[in-house]
Amino acid sequence: MSEVIKNRYEFVVLFDVENGNPNGDPDAGNMPRVDPESGLGLVTDVCLKRKIRNYVETVKEDAQGYKIYIKEDIPLNRSDREACADMGITETDDKKVTEELKKLKKNDPGVDLKLKDYMCRNFYDIRTFGAVMTTFVKASLNCGQVRGPVQIGFARSIDPIISQEVTITRVAITTEKDAENKNTEMGRKTIVPYGLYRAEGYISANLARKITGFSEDDLELLWEAILNMFEVDHSAARGNMAVRELIVFKHSKELGDCPAYKLFDAVEVKKNEDVEYPRKYQDYTVTVHEEQIPDSVEVRRMN
Amino acid sequence: MGVGVKVNVWGDYALFSRPELKVERYSYDIITPSAARGILEAIYWHPGMRWIIDKIYVKNPIQFTSVRRNEVKSKILASNVLQAYNGADKPLYISTKEDIVQRASQLLCNVSYTIEAHFEMTEKANTSDNPGKFKDIIMRRLRKGECFHAPYFGCREFPANFALCEEEEIHTAYDVVAEKDLGIVLFDMDYSDPENIKPMFFRAVMRQGVVDLRDCEVLR
Repeated sequence: MSEVIKNRYEFVVLFDVENGNPNGDPDAGNMPRVDPESGLGLVTDVCLKRKIRNYVETVKEDAQGYKIYIKEDIPLNRSDREACADMGITETDDKKVTEELKKLKKNDPGVDLKLKDYMCRNFYDIRTFGAVMTTFVKASLNCGQVRGPVQIGFARSIDPIISQEVTITRVAITTEKDAENKNTEMGRKTIVPYGLYRAEGYISANLARKITGFSEDDLELLWEAILNMFEVDHSAARGNMAVRELIVFKHSKELGDCPAYKLFDAVEVKKNEDVEYPRKYQDYTVTVHEEQIPDSVEVRRMN
Repeated sequence: MGVGVKVNVWGDYALFSRPELKVERYSYDIITPSAARGILEAIYWHPGMRWIIDKIYVKNPIQFTSVRRNEVKSKILASNVLQAYNGADKPLYISTKEDIVQRASQLLCNVSYTIEAHFEMTEKANTSDNPGKFKDIIMRRLRKGECFHAPYFGCREFPANFALCEEEEIHTAYDVVAEKDLGIVLFDMDYSDPENIKPMFFRAVMRQGVVDLRDCEVLR
C-alpha cells in the first residue's frame, strides 16, 4: 500500500441533474429535497457517500483492502466478526465472543487498536469516512468510533429548483382483483428539470495519519469515485446526472495553509446573464479566483 | 485563569442533539459548551492542556429546519446474526434494507457564534510546554486557518468555518433581549472516571445574546 497522505485537502464538487430526482425527501413523499427558505435543492452528505461506496464496490469487487463495510444486503455484525476471526476468535456465540474479547483485552491491552487497524486496513469506506463499530464496545473494547479523514457537507443547488410532477401510466396491473376493474395503473415521478449542485468537502491528513491510514492511492481512488459516482448509478429516478467538475485544493502542509472558507469563496459559480431558466451546464460559468488563493495551495481542476 | 482566546465560528447548519431526543434528533437552541470545546480541539489540542469555555455569543437568530434521512440502525439483532452464522437454511446475507430507518433531524440553520475560551495546563504537559507556547500555536492556527481536522457543528456533515475574533465589540442577534432562558442544556461529559462517563448539565440563560459559563452551576 502506498504512503499515508501528507497534505490537507479541500474540494468542491459540481454535479448536475437533468430530468431526474437527485435525492428524494422521505418527509415529502420522495420529492426532491428543497431548502424551504431559499428554494435551493439539497442533496445530503450520506447520499453522496453511498454513491462513492457503490463506485468503489463496483470497481474493486471486494479486492483485498477495498471491502465496503456498509453494504446493501450484508449485516454489519458479520463484518465485525471477520475482525474477531483475525484475532484468533472463532466462537460464534455472541456471549462467548464478548467473553473472549474481554479475556483478550486483559491479556493484550492493545487488542482494540489491533481490531481497529484490521477494520481500517480491509475496508475502504472505514478508512475514508470512518465508522461506529459499537459491537466491540459491549466488551468494553473501544475500537468503537473511527473518525475518517474525509468529511462532506450537504450539497446545495446554485439556483432555486422547481420540482415537477410527472404522472405516468403502466399497462401491467399488480393484483388479479384490480385487473378486473381497470386496464392501467397510474404512477408518479417527481423530477427536477435542471439543477446544478455544489458540494464541499474536507480531508484531514492528521486523521489519516493517526487513525485510519488513508493513503495516496486511496485518495486517487476517491477522486476517481467522485468523478464517476453517477456513471454507475443510472436509474429510472435519477435522469441524467453527472459530475461536471471537481476542484481540489491541496495545501502544502498537513495542517493547511489557509482557512477552508477562503478557498470555497474563491470558487464562483454563476448563471450566465442572458439565461433566465437554466437547463444545461453551459448556462453556468465556473470561475476559480486564483488571486484569492495563497500560492502555496495547489489547485487542480478535474472534469 | 489561563490564556484566553476569542474565536468566530459560523456555518449553514448545526445539530447539537438533545440527549433526551436523540433517535429523531432535535438540536438545542445554542451550541453546547462541549460542542464548542470540540471545535477548539479540532483546531488545537494537546494532552498538556484543557479547553474551558467562558462565554458564547449568539450572533444569529435561532432558526430551525428539518431533514429526514435514511440511516442505518447501529446494531442489528445479535440473535438474527447468530442464526445466519450457524443456520443452514437462513441466508448468510441479511438485507440491510431492513436495517435502514428513516430519521428526522431538527437542525439549526445559519448559525454564527463567538466562543470565548481559555485553556489551563494539565499534569500531562511536558516540561518544555508552557502556556505561552500553546498560545502561540493556537494564535498561528487561528490566523492561518490551520486545523487538525475540519471542525463541525455537532455532526460532521455540518462543517464549521472559523476565524480569530478581532472585533472590539461583538454584536449579537439578541443585544436588546435582557434575558432568555434556554432551559437545561448539556454542559459536557465528565470523563474523570473512564469506566463511567457521566453527562453534566447547566441552566443556560442568555443575557443580551451572551451565555456566560463562568461560575455556572453544573448539575449532575
